[in-house]
Amino acid sequence: MEELDGEPTVTLIPGVNSKKKQMCFDWGPGEMLVCETSFNKKEKSETAPNCPFIYIIWKDVDVYSHILRKLFNESHGIFVGLQRIEEELTGKSRKAQLVRVSKNYRSVIRACMEEMHQFAIAAKDPASGRQFSSQVSILSAMELIWNLCEILFIEVAPAGPLLLHLLDWVRLHVCEVDSLSADVLGSENPSKHESFWNLPGNTQTLTELELKWQHWREECERHLQDGTFASSPRLESLCKIMLGDEAALLEQKELLSNWYHFLVTRLLYSHPTVKPIDLHFYAQSSLDMFLGGESSPEPLDNILMAAFEFDIHQVIKECSIALSNWWFVAHLTDLLDHCRLLQAHNLYFGSNMREFLLLEYASGLFAHHSLWQLGVDYFDYCPELGRVSLELHIERIPLNTERKALKVLRICEQRQMTEQVRSICKILAMKAVRNNRLGSALSWSIRAKDAAFATLVSDRFLRDYCERGCFSDLDLIDNLGPAMMLSDRLTFLGKYREFHRLYGEKRFGDAASLLLSLMTSQIAPRSFWMTLLTDALPLLEQKQVIFSAEQTYELMRCLEDLTSGKPERADPDAQRLQDDDIETTKVEMLRLALARNLARAIIREGSLEGS
Amino acid sequence: MFVARSIAADHKDLIHDVSFDFHGRRMATCSSDQSVKVWDKSESGDWHCTASWKTHSGSVWRVTWAHPEFGQVLASCSFDRTAAVWEEIVGESNDKLRGQSHWVKRTTLVDSRTSVTDVKFAPKHMGLMLATCSADGVVRIYEAPDVMNLSQWSLQHEISCKLSCSCISWNPSSSRAHSPMIAVGSDDSSPNAMAKVQIFEYNENTRKYAKAETLMTVTDPVHDIAFAPNLGRSFHILAIATKDVRIFTLKPVRKELTSSGGPTKFEIHIVAQFDNHNSQVWRVSWNITGTVLASSGDDGCVRLWKANYMDNWKCTGILKGNGSPVSGSSQQGNSNPSLGSTTPSLQNSLNGSSASRKHS
Repeated sequence: MEELDGEPTVTLIPGVNSKKKQMCFDWGPGEMLVCETSFNKKEKSETAPNCPFIYIIWKDVDVYSHILRKLFNESHGIFVGLQRIEEELTGKSRKAQLVRVSKNYRSVIRACMEEMHQFAIAAKDPASGRQFSSQVSILSAMELIWNLCEILFIEVAPAGPLLLHLLDWVRLHVCEVDSLSADVLGSENPSKHESFWNLPGNTQTLTELELKWQHWREECERHLQDGTFASSPRLESLCKIMLGDEAALLEQKELLSNWYHFLVTRLLYSHPTVKPIDLHFYAQSSLDMFLGGESSPEPLDNILMAAFEFDIHQVIKECSIALSNWWFVAHLTDLLDHCRLLQAHNLYFGSNMREFLLLEYASGLFAHHSLWQLGVDYFDYCPELGRVSLELHIERIPLNTERKALKVLRICEQRQMTEQVRSICKILAMKAVRNNRLGSALSWSIRAKDAAFATLVSDRFLRDYCERGCFSDLDLIDNLGPAMMLSDRLTFLGKYREFHRLYGEKRFGDAASLLLSLMTSQIAPRSFWMTLLTDALPLLEQKQVIFSAEQTYELMRCLEDLTSGKPERADPDAQRLQDDDIETTKVEMLRLALARNLARAIIREGSLEGS
Repeated sequence: MFVARSIAADHKDLIHDVSFDFHGRRMATCSSDQSVKVWDKSESGDWHCTASWKTHSGSVWRVTWAHPEFGQVLASCSFDRTAAVWEEIVGESNDKLRGQSHWVKRTTLVDSRTSVTDVKFAPKHMGLMLATCSADGVVRIYEAPDVMNLSQWSLQHEISCKLSCSCISWNPSSSRAHSPMIAVGSDDSSPNAMAKVQIFEYNENTRKYAKAETLMTVTDPVHDIAFAPNLGRSFHILAIATKDVRIFTLKPVRKELTSSGGPTKFEIHIVAQFDNHNSQVWRVSWNITGTVLASSGDDGCVRLWKANYMDNWKCTGILKGNGSPVSGSSQQGNSNPSLGSTTPSLQNSLNGSSASRKHS
C-alpha cells in the first residue's frame, strides 16, 4: 500500500528569519525547543545580534481541549472493553456485538458534538464561537464517515437492507432530506410507498421486493405517460423523480445538500435493491453528476468514495491525512481489525497498521499531564512495540507530586517494569537527598531495592546523629521491618536506633547486649565504634552492673582493637592532633570505666557463684 | 498541527544550543556571551529563568543535562578549550522564594588543546560518564566514580580520531547484547580527510575503545550525528547531518563469523537521504522513541522525518520562521482546541453543504 502521502504540515514560527538564520533545537517528551542561531561560525554578524526568543513547540493541541477530554476518556473505556471481550466474540452474536461497539463509539462522538454545539451557541465572542462550530463540523464529518463504515464494513448490510441503512445514514446527517421525503410522501401513492418500505422484520425476500417495486414503477410510468400529472408540473416532476429520472432529481439540487444525499435518493428510486459491490458505480456517477464539473472532490468526498469502493485502507489513509489527530483512525482501525477486515485486505502488514496508529495515538496522550494514564492501556494492547514504548514514555513523566510518582510506580510494578521502577525511585531518592529529606530518600531507596544508595542515606543519618545528637525520621527507621536487610549499613541504622529505644525504655540489659553485638558482629562500621563505645559509658556508670565480665572483656577487646590501629591513621594535621587529644581523653575515660565495671562484674559474679 | 509559544531569551549574544532536561520541565541555553541559563517550567506552564551565570571565557557551544538519577547536573563545552560540569545546589529558602537557584562548578576538564566542540553524557547504565570531542581530533571519555562527589572525574580514555571532531553520539542501547558504542563526526574540510564518521566500540577484554567502523560513503564535513533510541531492535540507527540528512542502519554481523575478540563488524545500509535543506544540515536529533528525526539546515528550517509502517521515510513537518515580529507578550501560544487539520476543506465539505446540524 502506498505510504502516507500529503504534503508535510508547515508551522510558522514568528520572529525567526529563515532567510538569514538557522535554528537549533531539542526534543522534549511532549514539546520541542527551537531557537534562532547561526551555525556558520565563520561569518560575523553584521549587526549586533539581538537577543532572540526561545520557542516551545508542541503538537496535538486537541489533547488540551477539555471538551474533547470526555471523548478521549469514554472512547478509552469502549476500546479497553472491546480488547477484553475479544475472546468471547464468537459465532453469530459476534457481528451484532461489534456493531454495538461501533454504535457506542458513534454515540460518544455525537455526545461530544452536542456539548461542543452548546458551547458554540453560548460563546461570548464570535471568534471562539466559530472555533467551536468548526469543531462541531469536524466531529460531524467523523461520525458521518464512521457511520458509513459501520454500514458497509461491520454491519455488512446485504442488498435490500443496505439501502435502508443508507437512508437512515443520510437522514441522520442531512436535515433537508426530511422536507424532501415529506414531499414524496405527499404524492399520489403514499400508502403503497409507505407499506413498501416500512416493513418491520423484512419478511419478504429480495426477489419479492424487486417484483413489488417493478409493479409500482410500471404504475408510475403509466401515470406519467397518461399525463395524469400534466396539470401540475410539480407533481409531474415528482413522478419523474420517483422513477429515478436523474435530470429531474438534479433540478432539485438545492434540496439535496450533497452528492451522497443525491446518491441515496437516486438509489431509492431507481435501484433500491442495489448490491454492495455495485455501490461504487452509482457513487462515482452521482459524485460526477452532482459536481457537474464545476468543482472538484474534497477530502471528505474522497473518503466516502473510498468507503463505497470498499477500499478500507484508502479510507484509513485519507482520514489520516485529513485529520490531524490520530484518535479517529486509531479507534476505527482497531475496530475494523477486530472485524478481521484488515488482514483479509492485506495480510502483509494489516496488523502492523493497527498497532502503528494506536502507538501514534497513545504517544500523543503522553504529552498530557493526566491523559497519559489512558495511553497506558493502549500501549498494553500493542503486542509488538507497546511495552517498550510504554517504558520509554513512562519514565519521562514529570514526578511533581508524590501521588503522581506513586501512580506511575504502581503502573510499572503491575507490568514488572523493574528497571523503570528502580530508575524512578532512584531519581526521587536523589532529589530527596539533595534536599536533605533523608527519610524520603531512604524510603525511595528501599523501594528501588538500591542497596548502595540505602547505605549512602544510612550514612547520612548516622552522620546527622553524630552532629546533632538525635535522629530524624524516627517513624521510618523504627518501622523498617524486613527492608532493614537491604544493606548492612541500613541494618546497623535500624539496630542502632533500637538500642536507643531500649535504653529509653530502661531495658539496660537488652540494650547492652545489642550494643555489644553491633560491634562483634561487624555490622557497625569501624568509624562508628567510638560512638558506640561512648554510648556504652552511661551503661558502665550505672549503679547496677549491666555488662557482665565476659561482655566487659569483649568491650575492652574492641577498644584495644580500635586504638591499636590509630597511629597508622593519624594525620599530621593540626586539627587532627587536637581531635586526638579529645580522643585520647575519651579512650582513657573508657578504659577507666571498663576497668571499674570489670571489677564490679567479677565481684558480683563471684558472689553469686559462691552462694 | 503545531503551536508555538515564545520566551524572551535574554542572552547578550548568539545562542548556540538549547537543551531540555529528561522530563522536559527544565531547559538550558548557552551562548557566545559565555553564559548558560537554566529555565524552569512552573505548574501553570510558564517558563522562568532560574539561573544565569558565566561559565567559560569563550563562546559556549553545547550544553547538556545528565540523567536525573545523578541529580541536577549540567555539562558545557566551549571555545576556551575546556568543558565543565555543573551541579545545582539547593539554596536558601530566600532564593527559593525569589525563584532562583545556584549552580556550582564541580570540575573543569582542561585536557583539550583546542576548542571543545561537543559534550555528551553516556547512557545512564554506564554510570556517570561523559565524552567530549575537540578540534584537536581527540575524543576524551571521563568518569566520576562516586556520584555523590562530582568534583572527582578521571580521564578514562583518549581516542584519537586524527581529524578535527565536531560531534559525538553515544549509542543509547542498554541491551547486554551491545557493547558501549560512540560515533564521532568530523567537519574537517581538507581534501585528504577521509573518515568523516567513525564508530568506536568498547572492548571488555582490552578495556579500551577500538574503531569498529568508518562510514566511507560520508565524504563531506559532518556537523552533527545521532544514534536513535533503541526499541528492542537488534540493529542500530544512526542519523548524520552533513550536506544532506542521512539515516544509516548498522546491523551487527554475527560474532561467530568475525575474528573473536575484535570489535563488532556491521552491515551498513543507508535507508534515507534528504537534501531538502538545500545546503548544509547542521543538527539532527531523535525524539524519545526514536520514531521521528528532526533536522535543521541552511534553509533556516527544522524538518521532521518519520518512517511509516512500511519503513519508508518521509518529511512530515516543517518548522520555519516567517520573519514576522513576535507579539509583545511572551508566554502566549495560540491555544486552539482543534480536532481537525490545517486543511480547511474537510469542514468546508460539510459547512458548505448542510445547514447547521440538527441532531436526531
